Amino acid sequence: MSETMNTDDAVVLAPARSAFDQDWRKIVNWGLICALALIFVSLTDMPDKLDKRVIVEPLLSMGYLSLIWIPIALGNFVTREVVLEGMAQHKKGLRELVAGVSVGAIGGAGLALLIWLLDTRDLSDPLVNWNDALLEVLSFGEGVGYGAIFWILASAGLGLAGGALHLLPAIANRLLFAISLTIVLSASLESALDDISEGFQLEWLFEALFEKKGGLSVQGAIILAVFAIAWVLFLGGQAKRGRAAVAARRELSPTKVNTVGLVLIAVAAVVLPMFLGRLTNDLLTNVGLFLLLALGLNIVVGLAGILDLGYVAFYAVGGYTAAIMTSPTSPGLSPELPWWVAIFVVVFMAIVAGLFIGAPVIRMRGDYLAIVTLGFGEIIRLTVRSDWASGFTGGAQGILSIPGADIVGIATVKGTDPQQVLYLVIGFVAIAIYVSWRLENSRIGRAWMAVREDESVAEAMGINTVNSKLQAFVVGAILASFSGAIFAAKVGSVFESSFKILVSIVILVIVIVGGMGRIAGVAAGALVLVGILGGPNQPGLLAEFSEFKLLIYGALLIWMMLKRPEGLIPNVRRSRELHQDEFLQDAWLKAQADDDDDEAVSGEAAPA
Amino acid sequence: MSERLLDIKNLSVTFGGLNALSDLDFHVDKGEIVSVIGPNGAGKTTFFNMISGMVTPTSGDIIFRGESLLGLDPNQVTARGIARTFQNVRLFANMTILENVMVSQHCRTKQGIMGALFQTGGFKREEQEIREHGEKVLGFFGSRLVGYRLNQPASVLSYANRRRLEIARAMATKPEVILLDEPVAGMNPKESEELTGLIGKLRDEWGFTIVMIEHDMGVVRDVSDRVVVLDHGETIAQGSYDEVSSNPAVIEAYLGRPAEEAS
Ligand SMILES: Nc1ncnc2c1ncn2[C@@H]1O[C@H](COP(=O)(O)OP(=O)(O)OP(=O)(O)O)[C@@H](O)[C@H]1O
Ligand SMILES: [Mg+2]
Repeated sequence: MSETMNTDDAVVLAPARSAFDQDWRKIVNWGLICALALIFVSLTDMPDKLDKRVIVEPLLSMGYLSLIWIPIALGNFVTREVVLEGMAQHKKGLRELVAGVSVGAIGGAGLALLIWLLDTRDLSDPLVNWNDALLEVLSFGEGVGYGAIFWILASAGLGLAGGALHLLPAIANRLLFAISLTIVLSASLESALDDISEGFQLEWLFEALFEKKGGLSVQGAIILAVFAIAWVLFLGGQAKRGRAAVAARRELSPTKVNTVGLVLIAVAAVVLPMFLGRLTNDLLTNVGLFLLLALGLNIVVGLAGILDLGYVAFYAVGGYTAAIMTSPTSPGLSPELPWWVAIFVVVFMAIVAGLFIGAPVIRMRGDYLAIVTLGFGEIIRLTVRSDWASGFTGGAQGILSIPGADIVGIATVKGTDPQQVLYLVIGFVAIAIYVSWRLENSRIGRAWMAVREDESVAEAMGINTVNSKLQAFVVGAILASFSGAIFAAKVGSVFESSFKILVSIVILVIVIVGGMGRIAGVAAGALVLVGILGGPNQPGLLAEFSEFKLLIYGALLIWMMLKRPEGLIPNVRRSRELHQDEFLQDAWLKAQADDDDDEAVSGEAAPA
Repeated sequence: MSERLLDIKNLSVTFGGLNALSDLDFHVDKGEIVSVIGPNGAGKTTFFNMISGMVTPTSGDIIFRGESLLGLDPNQVTARGIARTFQNVRLFANMTILENVMVSQHCRTKQGIMGALFQTGGFKREEQEIREHGEKVLGFFGSRLVGYRLNQPASVLSYANRRRLEIARAMATKPEVILLDEPVAGMNPKESEELTGLIGKLRDEWGFTIVMIEHDMGVVRDVSDRVVVLDHGETIAQGSYDEVSSNPAVIEAYLGRPAEEAS
């Protein structure tokens, strides 16, 4: 959307304002925010803990990145203006630079204050990271005075850089953004890239980009920067045109599928795992398990609008049912079924659990339903753990020695072989995608959407809303139980601690961050959150971040809600819904104009 | 004598002491167009809400084709053959125009999850029929809701077109009776004249029986076979437009009591 609001074409700009014609209050506010953010990040100990994770070898580490982006971003935001049509726009100039420097300097002063306090006070009681090590990192071991002055100057400089971004033409901003993103992303993906390059015999490329001890080399960073520039200048335009064409076709016939894209994805899904190493396969397996969960929850929340916060319950039902049915050592019942037979029991149990939890709560609406499902999620876990059920579930000891997944006697997927498990996961994800797609474009899916839009009107239009919502609940439950059953076979054991409430929340965050109601969005969300940052119990590519995972989840969620509530890859409908103020007015005016056209065509003059 | 479709007997409802409707006796024969009029707050919408099952009456009965509708859920009432529109246009704004009229055929269709997953012949045939019926219903309003509009979200429609889509959505449920709640509210004179013509066609060409709430007396005069006047929940007059419009009680309800009597 922002692409269309290109500010540097043909807008007549008023002359730049004087450097001291500032909104000083605003600058002080943003400066204080900057100071607080810097102090907060320092006290989480990110600069120290992430210092080992290098981005560009001698120059930059994730640790310092966690600090330096703050003055840049805030120094830029302080003079960012909402551009409304018809309002005078001023040329950018010294004023932006002064504001940026001021914000940065105030932020740096905050950090200097922290350094001084670290030296003179001991607040290590509530603040666990209040120690000499932090002081050492912040002052580079050169003493308090050096550290304080360094940070004030450095932060002011970074703020200046942030302000200066306003002066650059839009294309330069886009290039800088693309370069930073490419470099940070490549560095984050380092271990996966290592793994992949081995499979494709591209070690030489990997070695050209990365240092042996970790992190991009300077040369590698330059190569990537050139690549990013080329992408933006040449390839990016074409890619966008291609996407626009696809989108236009979608608009005309929304149910039609993009066959070429589908075939490409299918081929990649079959071929890629063969070339990937253990690590990447394992990582993608985790991503797939969460994707499967997220696709199920997407039906429940995204399509039918039922905010289910206890979704992990069905994951647990799947995991435990598969464990009990297949493990020779499960305590109570131990039929030792092959995995593919157990799957039928799993589906049955998911339906039972879906109806059992769904029937009482489904008549509630909105917040009430969310709270009650939250409770049910915990109830299921606590029941599994209780003495009463431990005869079957093993209580806190869990169920061990679950054999791998036997597929109709043709093959046995061993949990210890990530490649095989990945194929299994891909198979089930494909099923989930097919189910989501077919149901969305059917009578059932339309009823779900109507219920989401306006429950009482849906009811008045002949839809049995209780049945409809129960169906969504049960379909979601089945998809989650698949994920649980694969999880049990992969890990070889199940414990109730794997099914804590945090899992529900992570799945919901995936759906929201990715883009509710859109399959590609959910996939993007799972890749970014579980693949890069890591799932609730699974490490991601940025293993060093595991301590800060929840912090980043939370920050990401807040930022998304404020800036891009429709998610990374939005569903067209939802993004319209969420940007209604802008969109509706626009569309309405257009529709009125169209109406006048209609009337003109039918040859009658509209009354004034 | 023509078939009696709706028979409303002694219908009353109170909202915490407020008699929103008291002792309404009323009937609709097949093929009639009946208007319900009355000042604001007279209880007209409440009357519709009771027929469609969204509000439970305190006493009285609603008989549709010989069977009571009391205790049915709104979706069951719609399945029996009574569809409605809403005074404050309540479309499924983020669904497309076509989807709006497809989804309201829910109670006339029956394919379930399995049909959709395995794309059975029955499923495809039904989906095709739903689509065709939807387009046919939209075509009733000329070119306004069809063509490139089909796959646009309902939220992009202009106000008048939203009202039209509301009617189309009710028509798509394949009802016997359509309850129209102020169908021309907010339309300009030309648009409301055109819609008046369409309401006539709804009966003459599509065979629907129509009960309509309307404030625009021109529209009421042009299409109604009979008129019922409500005021403060009471039925103050019933009859043809001419009878009702010359009834002193009605004039009083609309224009207020003459000054000398009031004092
Ligand atoms: N659910 C409800 N709870 C309490 N009071 C209600 C409810 N629904 C309607 N009322 C009251 O009942 C009375 C009749 O309302 P109703 O909406 O039926 O009027 P109306 O004749 O449709 O008026 P209008 O011409 O303004 O649409 C009003 O006083 C209204 O406030
Ligand atoms: Mg009303």
